[in-house]
Amino acid sequence: MTTSNPPINTSAGTISGNRGLQLEEPLIFEMDVPGRSGVDLPDVPKHKERLAGMKRKGAVGLPGLAESQVVRHYTKLSQKNYAIDMSVYPLGSCTMKHNPRINEKIARLPGIADLHPMQPVSTVQGALELIDTLAHWLKTLTGMPAVAMSPAAGAHGELCGMLTIRAAQLAKGDARKRILVPESAHGTNPATAASIGYEVDPVPADERGRVDLAAFKAKLGPDVAGTMITNPNTCGLFENDIIDIADAVHGAGGYFYCDGANFNAIVGRVRPGDLGVDAMHINLHKTFSTPHGGGGPGSGPVVLSEALAPYAPLPYVVHGANGFDLVEHDGGKSFGRLKGFHGQMGMFSRALSYILSHGADGLRQVSGDAVLNANYLQASLRSDLSVAFPGTCMHEALFNDDFLEGTGVTTLDFAKAMIDEGYHPMTMYFPLVVHGALLMEPTETESKDGLDRYIEVVQGLARRAKAGDAAYFHGAPYHTPRRRLDETLAARQPILRWKPEETKKAAE
Amino acid sequence: MSGIRFSKDHEWVKVDGDIATVGISPYAQDQLGDVVFVDLPAIGKKIEKGKELAVVESVKAASEVYAPVSGEVVEVNAALGDAPGTVNEDALGKGWFAKVKIANKAELDGLMDEAAYKTFCEGLH
Repeated sequence: MTTSNPPINTSAGTISGNRGLQLEEPLIFEMDVPGRSGVDLPDVPKHKERLAGMKRKGAVGLPGLAESQVVRHYTKLSQKNYAIDMSVYPLGSCTMKHNPRINEKIARLPGIADLHPMQPVSTVQGALELIDTLAHWLKTLTGMPAVAMSPAAGAHGELCGMLTIRAAQLAKGDARKRILVPESAHGTNPATAASIGYEVDPVPADERGRVDLAAFKAKLGPDVAGTMITNPNTCGLFENDIIDIADAVHGAGGYFYCDGANFNAIVGRVRPGDLGVDAMHINLHKTFSTPHGGGGPGSGPVVLSEALAPYAPLPYVVHGANGFDLVEHDGGKSFGRLKGFHGQMGMFSRALSYILSHGADGLRQVSGDAVLNANYLQASLRSDLSVAFPGTCMHEALFNDDFLEGTGVTTLDFAKAMIDEGYHPMTMYFPLVVHGALLMEPTETESKDGLDRYIEVVQGLARRAKAGDAAYFHGAPYHTPRRRLDETLAARQPILRWKPEETKKAAE
Repeated sequence: MSGIRFSKDHEWVKVDGDIATVGISPYAQDQLGDVVFVDLPAIGKKIEKGKELAVVESVKAASEVYAPVSGEVVEVNAALGDAPGTVNEDALGKGWFAKVKIANKAELDGLMDEAAYKTFCEGLH
C-alpha cells in the first residue's frame, strides 16, 4: 500500500514529529501518489505497436509527485547535510577547503558548460587550450615532464599511474609482481595495486611515523615493480627519507608512485619531480578546491616522469599545425583509454580558475597557511589531547586516544559528541598505525577565529571526558535528526535498495 | 607441542596432530571492535607463514590476518559468513578462521605461549 503520510517520528515530542527547523522527511518513494505528476502530458495518440513484444509489462516504479513536493523534498534533505559552506570541515586526509565562487562562475560560462565532448576539435579550441594551460601548471608545479589528464578521481589516478608503470615494465620484457606499500598508506593504494594483479607487500612505519627505511630496503628485489607512497603521509608528516627511498627503488629497477592526495601541504614549495617521483596523481578536487568534487565528479590527473610518459593513456592534447589537437591513437605504446573523452572538464575549469586567481605566489601561500593552521591546531590541543608523533606536522594534526585512556570514552563517542556541537567530526581510526586515531586537517581557508572556536569545543569535550562524564558521550549525539545509528547492523545486514511493500511481501 | 600459541600479529594457533586451527586473539577482536565481514581463503590454498591468510573487517578497519604457520588450508569456518560477530563473542573457540595442514612444525617454536602473549599485550597500548 502506498501513502502520502508515512508514520511520524513520535520521539520528537511534537505532533508533527518535526523539531523546529529540523523537518522529518520520508523517502521520496513513500510519498508516491499514483497518477500525480509535475507535468500535464497529452494522451498518447493511437499508434501502431512497434515494440515487437518488448513493451514494458510492469510499472516503471517512479513515485507520483507534484513538482513542489520534489523541490521541498530535496531542499529538506540538503538541510540535513553538513557542508564546507557552513563551517569547519576538519576531515583529515580530505583537504576540505573553501571553494571560491569564482570557480563556479567560470565553470558555468556557456563556452565551457555547454560543450559536447564529441564536437569537432576546430570548434572547441578554447576548451583544449584550457586543458593544455592546466596541464602546463600541473607539470610546472610538480617539476614533471608529462601529465595524463583523463583520470576521473584520486583512485582512478592511482590506477592510471600503476597501469603506466606496468606498461613500461612489460615493454622492457620485465614483468614484476610485488608493490611495496607503507602501512600508513591510504587504503586505495594497496587496493589499486591488488586490483591489477600485484601482490601488496606492506612496509612498517618507524617510531617517527614514517616509512622504516631499513625495512623498505630489505624488501626490495628483482620482483618489485615499485612502491606507492603518500608524501606528506597520512600521519601528516613529511617523509624525509624520500630521496633515499626513490633512489633505492630505482636501483632495484622499480618505479616510484607517489600518492599526491596531500599535495596541498607542499604545493609551490616542493616539486615531486625533484624527489624522484615517476608518477603522482593530483586531486584537483582537493588541492585546487571544490572539495570532494562538490558532490560531483572529482578529477585526478597523473603527472609522469620521462620514463613513463610514452605509456600514458589516450587521448591527450597536443599543439598541432592548426591549433590544438587531440591524439586519439598512438604508435601502440600507450596502455589505452581510461575513460570516455578527455577528462572531467567541470573540474578542469574550476581548478584552473583557482590556480589563475591565486597565481604562483598565492599557491605558495596556500601550502604555507595550511601547514601553519594545522600546527596551530596541534599546538593548541597538545595539552588536552595526545599528539601521536613528536615534532611539528604538515597539513594535518594526528592524535591518538591516549588522552581518553581510563575515561570509558572512545574516539567514536568523542566524534559523536562533536556532531552535537555542530561540527563535522575529524577522520577517526585512520591511519591504522595510530591507536584510536583522530586526524584533523583544517586547511588554509579557516581563519584564526574559526579555528579558535573549534579548538575551544575540542578542548571542552576532552575535559568533559576526563571529568568522568562518560555517560554523556555514550548517549551522543542528542541533537541530530536521528540519534546514534547501529553501524554494526548496517554493515552486517545492509539494506541497499528500497523496495515497495508488495515486493517485500512477495519475497518473504 | 600442545596448548595454544600466539603470534605477534595477534593470531592464535591450536595444534592437533599436523593440523593447526587458526584464529585471532581476544585482544585483536577487542581492538577491531564489531567484526562485520570475514574473507576466508579457499580450501587447498597453500599459505606461507607471515603472509595473508584471511581478511577481517570491522566497523573501524579492514585488517589482514597473517598465517602463523605455513601449510595448506584444509578447512575454513564458513559459519563466519553469516555470523561474523562470532569472532567477537568467542575468538578462541567458535570464532576460528581456518585449519591448516602444517608444512613445517619448527615454525611453531617462534610463537608465544599464553603467558608470554599476555605480557606482550600488556606492553602494547
